[in-house]
Amino acid sequence: MEKYAIEGTPKTPTISFDIQSGVLEIKGRSIPENSIEFYKPLVDALDKYSSTSKPATTVNIQLEYFNTSSSKCILDVFKKLEAIHKGGSAVTINWHYEEDDEDMLEAGEDYQAIINVPFKMVQVAE
Amino acid sequence: MIDAYNIYDNMDRNNILLSFKGDITSELLTSILQIMENKMDNMQEEPKTKKKVYNVLVECLQNLYHHMDDATDGKGDKNRSAIFMISKNNGSYNIITGNYILNENIHGLKSRLDEVNALSKDQLKDYYKSVLNNGEMSLKGGGGLGMIDIARKTGEKLDYNFLEIDNKVSFFTLIIKVTQPQLI
Repeated sequence: MEKYAIEGTPKTPTISFDIQSGVLEIKGRSIPENSIEFYKPLVDALDKYSSTSKPATTVNIQLEYFNTSSSKCILDVFKKLEAIHKGGSAVTINWHYEEDDEDMLEAGEDYQAIINVPFKMVQVAE
Repeated sequence: MIDAYNIYDNMDRNNILLSFKGDITSELLTSILQIMENKMDNMQEEPKTKKKVYNVLVECLQNLYHHMDDATDGKGDKNRSAIFMISKNNGSYNIITGNYILNENIHGLKSRLDEVNALSKDQLKDYYKSVLNNGEMSLKGGGGLGMIDIARKTGEKLDYNFLEIDNKVSFFTLIIKVTQPQLI
């Protein structure tokens, strides 16, 4: 498995995880009713990646909306990344938020306060 | 005969933008969210307002979806039916949900709502983070974050009521006010 990809839907984000380059991207909306089921394959893929991780891992999160059910799963993803970071791969999480979307910026800061991985808050135009 | 005008007039006077009564399914939620998104686009709402309303709508609707008790309606029938309305008055959106709840579950829900209502903006932020980080994820998926998130994003108290129907069930009404950010 070199690449893990999921196409987005109106309720779930587009996910691409390039294991060769160590780049994970999550984009779009994450508002499924059952988010555990949706995120489990990604958490499993990160588990596998942790044993053969690249020297650097870049994570780009660009969500328009996410529900509280997804917020727990996103934290689980970040906890895996924290373990990968501790395991020797330099992880950076780029948290994108639209200009004026203070709620999304705050959500990123909440994660930054919990997870011991460098975060970058990246403002994007609306 | 059903008095359609009476229902129309009532909805008109209360500025109801959308109303639904029935079973809450995942497909229904997708449709309602699309309809509301289109409506807000047509009304040329500010992106900030649209986002705020959309976010709160998602939580309110998914609360209904996940937490509707299989409460009987007093006639012995299983009733997973609920009501959902959204209105706009003086620039504020109101999201109103109503569903049956077993009387034995009222106490727990009421204390959770009162707990959230007692917290300030900063306390809500801390509470959210602690539940996010330490709380158990419920099988239903919510993990108790929904109400905290709604209170945090709206900056308003959660307005609720329990109407006792009989000795088994009550009707739970929740009213969430979303004020347009530029008006705060």
